[in-house]
Amino acid sequence: MNDPMLDHAGRPRIVVTGIGMVTALGMDAATSWAGLRAGRSGIRAITRFDASAMRSRIGGCIDLPGDAPGRPLSAGARVTELAGLALAEAVAQSGLPHPFPGPLSLGVPPFEVEWPLRQQALERAAAPTHRSLAEAMAEMPEVHRQQQVVAPLRDLARRFGTTGMPQAVSTACASGASAIQLAVEAIRRGEADAVLTGGAEGSLTPETLIRFSLLQALSARGDPPEAASRPFSLTRDGFVMGDGAAGIVLESRAHALARGATILGEICGVGERADTFHRTRSSPDGLAISGAMNAALADAGLAPAAIGYVNAHGTSTPENDKMEALAMHQVFGPTCPPISSTKSMLGHTLSAAGAIEAVICLLAIRDQTLPPTINQDDTDPALELDVVPNTARPVRGLRAALSNSFGFGGQNVCVVVGGA
Amino acid sequence: MNTVCVTGVGLVSSQGVGRGPHLSAGQPIVDSESFAPFPIHPMPVLDMAPSIPRREWRQMEPWQRLGTYAAGLALADADALARVQGMHLVVAAGGGERDYALDEAILAELPTIAPDRREAWLHRRLADGLRPTLFLAQLPNLLAGSISIVHGVSGSSRTLMGEEGAGAEAVRVAAARVAAGTAAMVLVGGASVAGRWDTMQIFGRALHRGGFAPTAERPGMILGTQAGFVVLESLEHARARGVAVLAVLRDVRVDAGEPAARAARLAAITPPGPSLSLAPHAGPGLDGAEALGDGLGAGLEAAFPVGVAVAAARVAAGGGRLSVQGFGHGMAEFSAILEAAP
Repeated sequence: MNDPMLDHAGRPRIVVTGIGMVTALGMDAATSWAGLRAGRSGIRAITRFDASAMRSRIGGCIDLPGDAPGRPLSAGARVTELAGLALAEAVAQSGLPHPFPGPLSLGVPPFEVEWPLRQQALERAAAPTHRSLAEAMAEMPEVHRQQQVVAPLRDLARRFGTTGMPQAVSTACASGASAIQLAVEAIRRGEADAVLTGGAEGSLTPETLIRFSLLQALSARGDPPEAASRPFSLTRDGFVMGDGAAGIVLESRAHALARGATILGEICGVGERADTFHRTRSSPDGLAISGAMNAALADAGLAPAAIGYVNAHGTSTPENDKMEALAMHQVFGPTCPPISSTKSMLGHTLSAAGAIEAVICLLAIRDQTLPPTINQDDTDPALELDVVPNTARPVRGLRAALSNSFGFGGQNVCVVVGGA
Repeated sequence: MNTVCVTGVGLVSSQGVGRGPHLSAGQPIVDSESFAPFPIHPMPVLDMAPSIPRREWRQMEPWQRLGTYAAGLALADADALARVQGMHLVVAAGGGERDYALDEAILAELPTIAPDRREAWLHRRLADGLRPTLFLAQLPNLLAGSISIVHGVSGSSRTLMGEEGAGAEAVRVAAARVAAGTAAMVLVGGASVAGRWDTMQIFGRALHRGGFAPTAERPGMILGTQAGFVVLESLEHARARGVAVLAVLRDVRVDAGEPAARAARLAAITPPGPSLSLAPHAGPGLDGAEALGDGLGAGLEAAFPVGVAVAAARVAAGGGRLSVQGFGHGMAEFSAILEAAP
């Protein structure tokens, strides 16, 4: 009955043997985590394109050598590069060989032809029409190669030698958590002993920044940039976009121990609920998001009291933070465990957020340290939450943490992370 | 492991709506004019508006409406419209669609703007011109979101992106969850609209030009408007609720790898016996198979769900066993078996 390889439901336990993280605070997990523990913001003015006409001119930017002024990397290229860095770090730590002995499941954004490429095609086109652009782009081999939505996953699967068809998972801001969930389920079903998973985001492009602005989703603050992302505060007014990626190697506990791997932590459970209420707003009763949290706890076989820390979805929009607080109290009662939003420092990394924040939970448990929510000079008292304001907090006995991710389209996914 | 079966099918293609028009290979219906030089298999004559509330209709683009409509057909076909609470959803989608008029206005004016002012000018034009809700109509996961909102499907919701292989992987994951008993009912499918300049710009290099040509005779794709959704549940679950089983779904296989070895990979997963080929253009697996693409065109993310839906409809009508097999134009090879329920 008490087989240490199986969980409470008799399924293979899923352990983490490698992590990688690339954020606005650092190009690897250690540097990023050090910045988060120090309560440092990675939000700054956007310089890789002209944001002067934008309502939001800041972001959690990770500029790369390929970014030329006025001609930044495309979203797809940035996703491939950031994911490549984070996945390579995770695989190296796991000690698993090349080719990677399992499939790839990654939360990634959709992308499309962007204006610099469209302008290149315009120069070759007979007329400024979509028809002429289509004919011009058909003569540009890189367009078809790079613009298929599968392109980043195809290139990453080839690089890491993963098996089968790679999964490009999109549940908006829950994509990284959904990818972890698909990976966990594949191991539980016995389809794989190891899965390379995570999330990557590169959507901080002019047009996507404009589109989020038009949805009134972004903070209009910007001076100073570091103060704009202020989840749970009275003056929160929207999120700040961020670049980032996380890589996670998941294995069955039996597989990891058999090869003598170092176990960094565990994915104890994953839960989800689809909201049927609205494209961008949660149902006002909060039940779709508290339902996802409860489903994750049930999947992990844990009572709410076992959770010592929650990494919030915490986008810093008025709506999200209010609904998340409501759902927290539905799950945990009047006194909730400490909850912090690391988006206050990294910005909202959208498709990567669920994976980055699962990694952060794992590091919080390893180091018995809760990362803070920064910019808390006016925490909203109505939320009745301990948001770990401004400075990291040492704790004792932290064994399990919950990571929340709620996406546009009503796709809510929560992950329970346990210690080694 | 549970036996997985199909209890409902939602199908839309240029051949028509529902199971009937897809029971045999029909004459190709091709529009060679509207998107010349690229021919397409167009949307059939169809009034989806009564099936989708006005408020939701306005926030969707055609590919989302088509998918939401086909998902509703599958739920009705499975007598499952009242069983959506807790039902799981897996969607394969590519997203996109743009404000073509705005883009063309910008493209016409852009060369008249001084080069050093173009970037800021472009951003201002987009900020002033883009319709706010267009973004939501472009996001791939918002097809699933729309299905949840319009039909009330509220269990789980996952979207896989990535052309043909994503459609096959979506069906594989959905079937695996039913087989493992971790999901009682799953609605899975995809939708693709052929007449879109943004997709033609991306796939132009891989498209056939001119008039119709059969799949086996053309190296390029003819895109086809298609949507296919199926309701999957265990045989036991279907029988317990007294609903007709259209077909049993077995052995959903998906693979990918180096292009040079794709014929070998496809052969390794293709079962013997009669089959429907989902080949998007000339390539392996077409010999001795019915090329579904001759009548339906290439459906990208929708191709595999449509193939499974067509095969299930044919098994329901005629019994026996039918496999679907094919490959993506860029990557992935896939197959599945549909057979009459025991």
